Amino acid sequence: MAEVPTSVLVGDPADTGIEARSQWRLLLRRFLAHRLAVGAAVVILLAYLFSYAAEPITGWGYKDLSPDLSHGPSADHWFGTDTIGHDMFAQSMRGLRVSVHVSLVVAGIATVLGSILGAVQGWFRGRVDGALSLLVDFLLILPLLPVLMVLGTRTRASGGSSLMFVAVVIGLFLWAPLARVVRGEVFSIREKEYVEAAEALGASNTRIIFRHLIPNAMSSIIVYATLTVATAILLETALAFLGFGIQPPEVSLGSLVDEGRDAARTRWWLFYLPGSVLVVLVLCVNFVGDGLRDALDPRRETRR
Amino acid sequence: MLGYATRKLLISIPVLLFATLVVFLLVATVDPIAEQRVFLLSQPGGFEQVERLEASLGLDKPLIERYGRWLGDLFTGDMGTSTDNGRAVTTLLGEAVPVTLRLVVAATVVSVIFGVAVGVGSAIRQYGAFDNISTFFAFLFFAMPVFWLGAVLKDLGIRFNDWWGRRIFFTIGEQSPRLDADFWGTWADRAGHIILPALTLILIQLAATSRFQRSAMLDVLESDYIRTARAKGVPRRRIITHHALRNALLPVVSFTGLTFGTLIGGTVVTEVVFNWKGMGRLFLESLLNGDVAVTQGWLLAVGISVIIVNLLTDLTYGFLDPRVRDG
Repeated sequence: MAEVPTSVLVGDPADTGIEARSQWRLLLRRFLAHRLAVGAAVVILLAYLFSYAAEPITGWGYKDLSPDLSHGPSADHWFGTDTIGHDMFAQSMRGLRVSVHVSLVVAGIATVLGSILGAVQGWFRGRVDGALSLLVDFLLILPLLPVLMVLGTRTRASGGSSLMFVAVVIGLFLWAPLARVVRGEVFSIREKEYVEAAEALGASNTRIIFRHLIPNAMSSIIVYATLTVATAILLETALAFLGFGIQPPEVSLGSLVDEGRDAARTRWWLFYLPGSVLVVLVLCVNFVGDGLRDALDPRRETRR
Repeated sequence: MLGYATRKLLISIPVLLFATLVVFLLVATVDPIAEQRVFLLSQPGGFEQVERLEASLGLDKPLIERYGRWLGDLFTGDMGTSTDNGRAVTTLLGEAVPVTLRLVVAATVVSVIFGVAVGVGSAIRQYGAFDNISTFFAFLFFAMPVFWLGAVLKDLGIRFNDWWGRRIFFTIGEQSPRLDADFWGTWADRAGHIILPALTLILIQLAATSRFQRSAMLDVLESDYIRTARAKGVPRRRIITHHALRNALLPVVSFTGLTFGTLIGGTVVTEVVFNWKGMGRLFLESLLNGDVAVTQGWLLAVGISVIIVNLLTDLTYGFLDPRVRDG
């Protein structure tokens, strides 16, 4: 076959002078139109960056002990200090960073597992789908917190390396909702002409799943990944609150709330301030998720 | 309908067996003598002592044999005894379940009723004042960790009592200790204790249920048959009550079943916050003490309740939706 320049076949974008609008750019624009979601994304990003800048600015690290014991919020200690002199602002910022890291690992694991297994279910159907569906149904109704508490008894015995362990364990249990959604999407994507074309050209199953099915289900995947981040933060802090999650000396917002709750009446800052950081964080993640859902779902355009 | 019900019931049997296996394997990851092991192995001759301890607890047997023995005992109604206080697991569960059941039932009933009402109210005037206010609160409580909301309500309750000068809200325990009252007096006391913990669970469940009901109702209101009804001149009120609401109520039935597991987790946390002597406390203590028999029994009891609740929602769904029932 003679060499034909591709520009002749598809038209060179440079010729027309119009830049092609990629899917991602379109998406970004629709997301940016959602003010609350953009604001929330900025808050999360700034708070995360600030968790690194906090120590140089305030002069207190999360392990430092100040001679001021049980002091209320002041210019020196923005969130006050606890009974042994920890700076609560430094501790809260550390907890925020831990929550962000854990939830990103969780969302990463859950998203990869959920997308691949969901696509496999939708593509192969039949017995593979049946077996995986049983597992998904089981995971969906499983009372997660008690199960994670049982597995979390291990973090009590081991010290130190609890962060990754907690993140991986939570991640392995959170992929089911996404798998169910991707499966449903793939059932409709697989009937499209381009999938048929790819199959006719002899593309392998792996290629079809990773190049055609998963990219076209990406909008649901992104929305569910955001939801998973919020769920992961709530689970991680709940585990730490109960004592089965991240262990000291590492800090979790959950354990800060646990330590502060008995002092809620006398030293309100120990309880209300770390808790507020946690609520604002989860709230912002949910706002971002909501904005993404609006930006990615064409059906919603008319509604909102 | 009878065929559908029998089919669902029969499916529950293998699910139940599978649940026992999962519970057993899950608890096998708990080392009941973790602390003694560390201590003993640092002593001279500790290794032999650890082996003897393992043999006395049956830990030296292979997993499959231990599972078989446990399952066999289960069929005779024996869930073992607590290594912590020597009492039968069935007795411990028998004491804890009613306490927790009060909380779970109260929270579910109230949050479903209000969740449906709020969701439908929001949907019929989308982006109206009521919709916006309920959306705001739904977002707020959806982002709240149960443990924080519970502790906040507890603190507010105590502050309110101080301000009022009398104890209005009870914040500790599921009923007053050494309560000497007749039947009605006991339940009045329990009702006073249940308000704040139930409110904790209700607010969080309500946030999810009302959003779910809202989108279910919106989906139905946009469907073709509603447009047809409107076009042929059915009054708006009748469209909502007769055409839309009936169909929009269906998804909430399965939603309640699906979120039951989350509710169990929330209940464990709430009981810890309010010092209830229910299932939450029992579970927490069994884990802290390495009390394997209690942990297993607890997980199995919860697993069975989850299976039963999902069976009931399936049956309700089938009863309400002829497509599922006959299909």
